[in-house]
Amino acid sequence: MLEFIQQMINGLSLGAIYALIALGYTMVYGIIKLINFAHGDIMMVGAFVGYFSLTLFGTNIIVAMVFSMVVCAVLGVLIEKIAYRPLRNSTRIAALITAIGVSLFLEYATIFILGPAQKVFPEAAFKIKAYNIAGLSILNKDVFVIISAVVLMLILQYIIKWTKTGKAMRAVSLDMEAAVLMGISVDKTISITFAIGSALAAAAGVMYGVYYSTVNPLMGIIPGLKAFVAAVLGGIGIIPGAMAGGFIMGLLETMVSGYGNSLYRDAVAFGVLILILLIKPTGLFGKDSGEKV
Amino acid sequence: MSLIEIQNLYKSFGGLSAVQDFNFRLDKGELVGLIGPNGAGKTTVFNLITGVYKPDKGSIIFNEKNIAGMPPYTICARGIARTFQNIRLFNDLTVLDNVKIAAHKDVPYGLLTSILRTPSFFKGEAMIEQEAMKYLEIFKLADKKDELAKNLPYGEQRRLEIARALATKPTLLILDEPAAGMNPNETKKLMELIEWIRKDFDLSILLIEHDMSLVMGVCERIYVLDYGSIIAEGLPVEIRNNKKVIEAYLGEEVE
Amino acid sequence: MQEYKNNWARFCGEVLILAALFTLVQYLITAGLLDQYYQINLTSMFINIILAVSLNLINGFTGQLSLGHAGFMAVGAYTSVILTQMLGQPFIVGLIVACMVSALAGFIIGVPTLRLKGDYLAIATLAFGEIIRVILQNIDYVNGPAGILGITKMTTWPWLFGATILTIVVIVNLINSSYGRAIISVREDEVASELMGVNTTTYKVLAFVFGAMFAGLAGALYAHFFYIIKPETFNFLKSFDILVMVVLGGLGSTTGAIIAAVFITALTAALQAFPAIRMILYALILIIVMIFRPQGLMGNKELSRQTFGKIWSGRK
Repeated sequence: MLEFIQQMINGLSLGAIYALIALGYTMVYGIIKLINFAHGDIMMVGAFVGYFSLTLFGTNIIVAMVFSMVVCAVLGVLIEKIAYRPLRNSTRIAALITAIGVSLFLEYATIFILGPAQKVFPEAAFKIKAYNIAGLSILNKDVFVIISAVVLMLILQYIIKWTKTGKAMRAVSLDMEAAVLMGISVDKTISITFAIGSALAAAAGVMYGVYYSTVNPLMGIIPGLKAFVAAVLGGIGIIPGAMAGGFIMGLLETMVSGYGNSLYRDAVAFGVLILILLIKPTGLFGKDSGEKV
Repeated sequence: MSLIEIQNLYKSFGGLSAVQDFNFRLDKGELVGLIGPNGAGKTTVFNLITGVYKPDKGSIIFNEKNIAGMPPYTICARGIARTFQNIRLFNDLTVLDNVKIAAHKDVPYGLLTSILRTPSFFKGEAMIEQEAMKYLEIFKLADKKDELAKNLPYGEQRRLEIARALATKPTLLILDEPAAGMNPNETKKLMELIEWIRKDFDLSILLIEHDMSLVMGVCERIYVLDYGSIIAEGLPVEIRNNKKVIEAYLGEEVE
Repeated sequence: MQEYKNNWARFCGEVLILAALFTLVQYLITAGLLDQYYQINLTSMFINIILAVSLNLINGFTGQLSLGHAGFMAVGAYTSVILTQMLGQPFIVGLIVACMVSALAGFIIGVPTLRLKGDYLAIATLAFGEIIRVILQNIDYVNGPAGILGITKMTTWPWLFGATILTIVVIVNLINSSYGRAIISVREDEVASELMGVNTTTYKVLAFVFGAMFAGLAGALYAHFFYIIKPETFNFLKSFDILVMVVLGGLGSTTGAIIAAVFITALTAALQAFPAIRMILYALILIIVMIFRPQGLMGNKELSRQTFGKIWSGRK
């Protein structure tokens, strides 16, 4: 039983990281119907920026995370402006292919500049402590990850529900043309969406570095894919769906890895994806809307 | 004996009811019109007949067989063809190829033959080309046969769409706002074309139109649709004077 | 009659040119004038041509974005190796069975997946490609992640040349037929195509199966030249490699796919020492082509006899 709860906590931490990344996917898809292939790699950049913040500038972990979020927010906005905006009126396939290009670019430009080897997060930045509660050994890194993620998600919910920006984001994702007619600056709204999504991914990247202590240029690929599956599972374009999906994927993976065959751990994500797409592509929280002919 | 008979047709999208209790009849050789305000559900009815949507309830009896819920390509093979409100040509294919597609359901050679290029392939292709050119010539598009469909002027695109639909050798032709975007002169020519193809190809025709001169001019019977239900049905002169129709759609005459 | 004579004359001319090309290269190889480096790149080039032309059938002509092509290549590679190395069959049997099995894989994956549209289809094919890789990684019979080494070299120039010509001819003949028109109509407007009597699902699956079959052929040829195969060889990066070729050449042009395959192979050879730069270039190709010239090099035009004729006679 204790073992099970331990696994659950691991699953929640992992799920928190996936949820943060999944939010970026779902927000961007909701607003411009693009699967941002490069999103996982933004998480990677976030992790690296966090790493350099800790090692080069010797900041503490919170400052590193905030700094990383700002840098990646800017990066996300730049990418949207340069690579995705020109294709806003093209087919979704064209945009998807371009996103693949951006993803490859981020990965291999990082390899080119920093080399393919992994970097290790300094231990001093986050001394691992274990709390003993009711016979469970809870690590402070789990607490850090889960609490930070929840805080960020709450902030996001606030932005979406209570600010003008959030309202604009919801309007544009429902009907871009009508939003323009209402005087909403669609370009600005889309930029902000990318900024927020990228910032969340960056936070996830720093958390990943704290949790797994190593970062490498290709680290964004697999978590990115799993977070994408999480977003689809919850219902792509639906924010609470991404949160739920993220935690579900985290728990699922931990269970499979802990109790099943860890060789198939990665394949679980692919399997889940195929199942969702074939059974209910709109996801857990999604609604079915037919195509108008 | 009616060619097509629709009974108790219902279709909803999510919570929105698009078509309710739709009943309709068209006899062989008739030219019937379906009119109504925008959003009344006219194109939805067309989509239901041609298999793009599956009805929630009801039957569509065509040539004594219930075709409700069949896939579009089967319904086409059974003899119903259509054109679209916003022209849907195969833009990057030539005018000739657009019409040749219509022949595919009866393709005279097999897959293996086309890969191996046996003589029956060349004979088959020649036949398909001949047939397609026949239609192009009828619709005065023969000189543009190698032009890409997207490069044609609007009026010729509409003609090509009708030609392509006719090339599937239908018994029932469904036209969705064929006069959209046309000036009165072009509309008059279209009316003549519709009458002519009806006679020459022995067709029954069902059309949606907003242009009342065309509707009143060619239709033998008219159904009026509003909010997914039929509010009136009858001869053009009856419809013109029907109070409900005037209220919902045609508008009062200015005194 | 004159038209018939012209066609026949042109056909003979083309056959002669191909025969000359074949003989030339064969001579260079037999005379030992083509060293290891050139042979490797020549083989890669022709395998890439088969991969690009077959992917173009799915992505370009049918308009269905498939990102899992490497998975079918893997199926073909492993199948052929099992047959020749473990079951002692001759090469031709290995090739034929590889084609059949990858075609079957294309069918099994295609039928459920091709119900999806656009980017959902793309992601599903990507996922299936990875699933194939993971499955292979976990099968002990083929050594899992370590893969199979020491595969007998059976891919000689005649096999390579023949397979490539076969692929191109089959696909070109398919496209220039009523079946090809049906396939292209699916790309142009799926709804209109269905309403004109085309069973679009059948044709999407057909294109997918043919594409998968030739990818399997390419995989079999690859395995029997480069003597090692492991699941990692056929990952999504390989699928992206092929995608870059098809995008660059022009989605919907077989000629474009061939030219791009040649170009990318040359680029890969030139940048062998700088793999990161090569990938950065691929990334830039994808981005720049999609933004500035989405129709790629050739658009959907082919270098046809008519074009050649006009070039020769200097007419416009």
